[in-house]
Amino acid sequence: MDLYNHQKSTSKIKRDASVNDRIPDGLFLACPYCGVQMYNKQLGHYRVCAHCGYGFRLQARERVDLMTDSFEEIDSEIEMTNPDFPGYADKLARAKSQTELGESVLTGVATFENEKVALGIMDSYFMMGSLGSMTGEKITRLFEYATENGLPVVLFTASGGARMQEGINSLMQMAKISAAVASHQEAGLLYLVVLTDPTTGGVTASFAMQGDITLAEPHALVGFAGARVIESTIHEKLPKDFQRVETLMANGFVDQIVPRSDMNKMIAKVVRLHHKTEV
Amino acid sequence: MAVNIGLKLFKHELSPAEVVKKSREDRFLAREIIDGVFTDFVELHGDRLSGDDMSVIGGIAALNGTPVTVIAIDKGVDIQDKLSKRNGSPEPWGYRKAQRLMQQANKFHRPIVTFINTPGAFPGKTAEAQGQGEAIAKSILESMKLTVPMIAIIYGEGGSGGALALATSDQVWMFQNATYSILSPEGFASILWKDSKRSDEAAAVMGLTPKDLLAKNVIEYIIPESRSHPRVFNLIRKRLQDEFKQLSELTPEELVNQRRARFRSF
Ligand SMILES: [Zn+2]
Repeated sequence: MDLYNHQKSTSKIKRDASVNDRIPDGLFLACPYCGVQMYNKQLGHYRVCAHCGYGFRLQARERVDLMTDSFEEIDSEIEMTNPDFPGYADKLARAKSQTELGESVLTGVATFENEKVALGIMDSYFMMGSLGSMTGEKITRLFEYATENGLPVVLFTASGGARMQEGINSLMQMAKISAAVASHQEAGLLYLVVLTDPTTGGVTASFAMQGDITLAEPHALVGFAGARVIESTIHEKLPKDFQRVETLMANGFVDQIVPRSDMNKMIAKVVRLHHKTEV
Repeated sequence: MAVNIGLKLFKHELSPAEVVKKSREDRFLAREIIDGVFTDFVELHGDRLSGDDMSVIGGIAALNGTPVTVIAIDKGVDIQDKLSKRNGSPEPWGYRKAQRLMQQANKFHRPIVTFINTPGAFPGKTAEAQGQGEAIAKSILESMKLTVPMIAIIYGEGGSGGALALATSDQVWMFQNATYSILSPEGFASILWKDSKRSDEAAAVMGLTPKDLLAKNVIEYIIPESRSHPRVFNLIRKRLQDEFKQLSELTPEELVNQRRARFRSF
């Protein structure tokens, strides 16, 4: 049953500063969704607006601490080695130091309750979670790893879309990852997507919309084209919440919207319901 | 080798900005290409879900006697036609029509040829509500599973995910004055430099010309353009025949693996 054997012990990553230490309790914040103002400490453990339930954006390493019961990172050494576009190297360096990641996604093997999964978490603080070739490489390897080891994939998406500095290579990642999704699918394995704020552009037009089951965090912005581009194309203002997951769910593109505090249990439950049973 | 033959025909090399400009001219029309390359074209309409997107022309035809499925993005001819086709920007139901025809090709073991000329998928309100992202995502994913050969030909603009949706194929070819890019040079300049007027500069650094893309193995072949359109169509017909013949020698599993490996290399 258990095809994957950890080489190292599985231990939850301990970090020097959790988000609640990073931002002072007394800091006054406005909810990006509903606009209600509150003290940082009122967001609580899960960093959720007490008024509307919107989940504040998390760095990938914060999310992994909040949501998983164990996590062991894989492919941490993968990063862009030849950023030749002007200014790109500096942007990457800043993103790396802010997120403690080599690229805009964190990948590894995690447990939710006792359910083992291949887990990917995109980080919108790393160059807006844009899809670089090494982002694509890490996600592709995650699917390949899961296919080899018979694991489900759980992927938290967050992305502004393409990585402009990488040009066509960024576009090719959409196809590269999709090829790995196809092989994973053909092995009869579960791919669970969790849409988080914001998921847009090329990520929406590829692996964010290829899951067997699609969950979402409340009020997350998810779309293909940017709202301003749409408005200037159709010369019309978009209705409120047009690209929020509540609207996507009403339109048939999301299975359930799950509050952050329930996400761990929900993922465990869905994965458990995909255990292979003998008939 | 094919490249050299192509390059010899290029009289003088255009700058990337000039290629961008040319790629947006109505040099070739989708129906003209279809009628010039194939015979017996039978157009098939609709996605069987929500409508029929006129910007995606699809159907079956004969390639020198062999049945193939043809899917082409069309910008339209006159103003009215261009408006109804949004200058070649497909709606989700255009991509879903393409998916339907690809599945059909798979069932009947017909090779697939796509012709692409789009600034990108349409950024509209209905498009968004009906899942433009999902439609493209599924086109890409389903293309990865096809057990019949597929060749994509970009004959004008190859705009981003809206082009990739029909170019997740065994081979991608481009017309000599076509482009393929992550977004338009105007968009690129406006995002990176906050100045859409620097689009010529953007075109130069984006690597969107056929020559750049061939060097990166994003495409396999550059189709030399000629004022004699029949000459271009004859070349395409001949080459499609040759390549499909070779690809048909692979088992379905080999074909799928090779296609996935093609994209794995990026
Ligand atoms: Zn709120």
